[in-house]
Amino acid sequence: MTEEKTLPRREVLRGLSAAGVLAALGGSLATGIGYGAVDSARAIPRRGGRIRVASVSSSTADTLDPAKGALSTDYARLNMIYSGLTQFDSNLSAQPALAQEIQDSGRILWTIKLRRGVQFHDGKPLTPADVVYSLLRHKNPATASKMKAIADQFQEVKATGPNEVQIRLTGANADLPAILADAHFLIVQDGTTDFRTAVGTGPYKCKEFNPGVRTVGTRNPNYWKPGKPYLDEIELVGISDESARVNALLSGDVQIINAVDPRSIRRVMASANHAVLETKSGLYTDLIMRQDMTPTGHPDFVLAMKYLLNRELTRKALFRGYATVANDQPIPPSNRYYLADLPQRPYDPERAKFLLKKAGLSGVRLVVYASPAAEGSVDMGSLLQLSAAEIGLNMAVNRVPADGYWSNHWMKHPLGFGNINPRPTADLLFSTSFKSDAPWNESGWKNAQFDQLLLAARGEADETKRKQMYGDMQVLIHEKAGLGIPVFISLLDGYDKRVRGYSSIPIGGLMGYSFADNVWVEA
Amino acid sequence: MAILIVRRVGIALLTLLLVSAVIFSITAVLPGDAAQAALGQSATPEMIAALRAQMGLDDPAYLRYLRWLGGLLTGNPGQSLANNRPVAELIALRLPRSLLLAGAAAAVSVPVALTTGILSAMYPGSRLDRLLSTATLAMIAVPEFLVATVAVLIFAVKLHWLSALSYVPDTPGIAPFLRAYTMPVMSLSFVVIAQMARMTRAAVIEQVSQPYVEMAILKGARPARIILRHALPNAAGPIVNAMALSLSYLLGGAIIVETIFNYPGIASLMVDAVTNRDIPLLQACAMIFCCAYLILVLLADVFAIVSSPKLRRR
Repeated sequence: MTEEKTLPRREVLRGLSAAGVLAALGGSLATGIGYGAVDSARAIPRRGGRIRVASVSSSTADTLDPAKGALSTDYARLNMIYSGLTQFDSNLSAQPALAQEIQDSGRILWTIKLRRGVQFHDGKPLTPADVVYSLLRHKNPATASKMKAIADQFQEVKATGPNEVQIRLTGANADLPAILADAHFLIVQDGTTDFRTAVGTGPYKCKEFNPGVRTVGTRNPNYWKPGKPYLDEIELVGISDESARVNALLSGDVQIINAVDPRSIRRVMASANHAVLETKSGLYTDLIMRQDMTPTGHPDFVLAMKYLLNRELTRKALFRGYATVANDQPIPPSNRYYLADLPQRPYDPERAKFLLKKAGLSGVRLVVYASPAAEGSVDMGSLLQLSAAEIGLNMAVNRVPADGYWSNHWMKHPLGFGNINPRPTADLLFSTSFKSDAPWNESGWKNAQFDQLLLAARGEADETKRKQMYGDMQVLIHEKAGLGIPVFISLLDGYDKRVRGYSSIPIGGLMGYSFADNVWVEA
Repeated sequence: MAILIVRRVGIALLTLLLVSAVIFSITAVLPGDAAQAALGQSATPEMIAALRAQMGLDDPAYLRYLRWLGGLLTGNPGQSLANNRPVAELIALRLPRSLLLAGAAAAVSVPVALTTGILSAMYPGSRLDRLLSTATLAMIAVPEFLVATVAVLIFAVKLHWLSALSYVPDTPGIAPFLRAYTMPVMSLSFVVIAQMARMTRAAVIEQVSQPYVEMAILKGARPARIILRHALPNAAGPIVNAMALSLSYLLGGAIIVETIFNYPGIASLMVDAVTNRDIPLLQACAMIFCCAYLILVLLADVFAIVSSPKLRRR
């Protein structure tokens, strides 16, 4: 359904009116439970008020430097203070923001006309120099940017006029507007190196930033979106303990929280004043079978494990229905390149047993690594263990602590779990996690045909052909990659019903981290 | 007496120096480092190497220790690796809050514990004594996270009387302070009161069985006078020491309460430091806890020396 709504690919993305239309249509992705997003979209926004928002985590590593943002709390804070050249709408299409107009020639040379009259919080006007600085600093290793690998595609970024910036890429990439909407590429002032406080062009000015404690933003009266933002002040805090977070919402101490555990949903729904927003996203926790180790590198073993994943039970029992059954490929149904025709792989222990026997691996003893760091993986491991026992396969789940999981365990064992956050585009996801030389190629999967298709799709002008290519890539992953993806996990936010204008942008919770731009409170 | 006290202080300073060496070497063997923790899931070996060099993690250990010790002595415990701010600045934001919480908890728990302990000791074996003993035992047995969680469910979520978060209130005044602090102080005091009360009772009862108390009884002194005038000064040493131990817990041991109430104190700062492998911050926090502990124990010793009729005369 999202496909028909997507604007036909044009050489020019123009104007905010288009964004408005899309935002209005985009309600389909959000399933408001109880009191929903559709309802609040109709009401007339009210100015004033103050809310407190609690996100999952907050520590002394909190940052105001877009390049260093690492967690949802960071992204929410950054989006509160800065604006980007583009921004996501509810379909994850990139809409112009600080860029008024984006033109490309051959998807290599991109010309960006900046919106006129945009001011930083200190009153200085936005200039091309700010944009050039903000984009190029990611390439400098000393910046320690999370996006260095992506930014290395920027061969050259330069000002070509008083209000114009040109980006030359190292290779064609049709997804540049979506890349620029990423929170890491938000625009800072030229020459900024000190991020103890922040000067941006976003909806709220940084009034207080105290890492590990809170961030307070006050309304930016000169915001470039007319009439916005609505609230006088937003306080963003981190509460890492899930039940403490839910308690804070229910006691009225905070008005919005993210990452609600499916087990807590009933408590939130039981309150007359609160609601839960489910955002169906591309977030998944996957079973990794390293292709360069034994026995997990054996194709029959990989297939057997994929048949051994009880997806329906995972969805129902582990996530209480707040998940979507997946098909061993990472593109979620909401993506415009999702291949709907791919037959769903069923739970079939008999088939798995046969495949293991065929591979001569019937008596093998396996250890699967799981950790609370990869959401739901410990339970998924136990479920897999039970299914394996049914066909006589001896499997042990090794639960390791979340601290240090990504550096010490992830991708380092023959069998383990990983967790991949939603990515805005198929290209970004494939390039970072599936290309043969990708840094997070979790299973060490190498497929020349896949790599070729990926590069070709980046520069493909014909949308039908491009969709076909992405479809072929999904088939390759589904059949051959060493990954079992049982379900896509929904993002669950809880909010006070007096908060209006709150809906889904499926890149992440808290309205794709950009709630600050959109919410208001009822009188 | 003065010599005793000077010697105590000297020993405390030496202990602190040893502790600094121990803290430094322990933190050095923590697996992983700040460069790895900062880059997290997105780390590549080249990026880690670059960041490590930038953070000065490649120097030999003794050089880093001396540099750090020198910094500590001049009041500069270094830069936080996680966010590039001076460690002193981060601590300055959190320490007063922890002291405030610990102070409030101490102000509540010390009088209550003393009263409870002395009352039990005055009438050992009585119904009151047994009631108080059972109550304090129960308080020790119930973990504080349970007390805190149940309190939040009742007073914040159901009744809306108190705040589930105990962030320092924006508006000054008694009412907001009580709203924010009642539950954390209550949860913290629970265990501390119980421990101190039991120690007080034991120490006083031990004195009561001494011959000099028997003498006082024979003289015809009233029970209150016997306890307060005769037994208590002699029991002060062990009581104050027990209090020092309990109170030092209020600073560093408050992590569970800080987590449940999202209170920005120094214990959660230290936990952050561990997860971020922010070694300078971690070391500074550890030093603060050791300092606080030593100061409390030192004060207790000095107090015991001053208050004890036996030691005072030496």
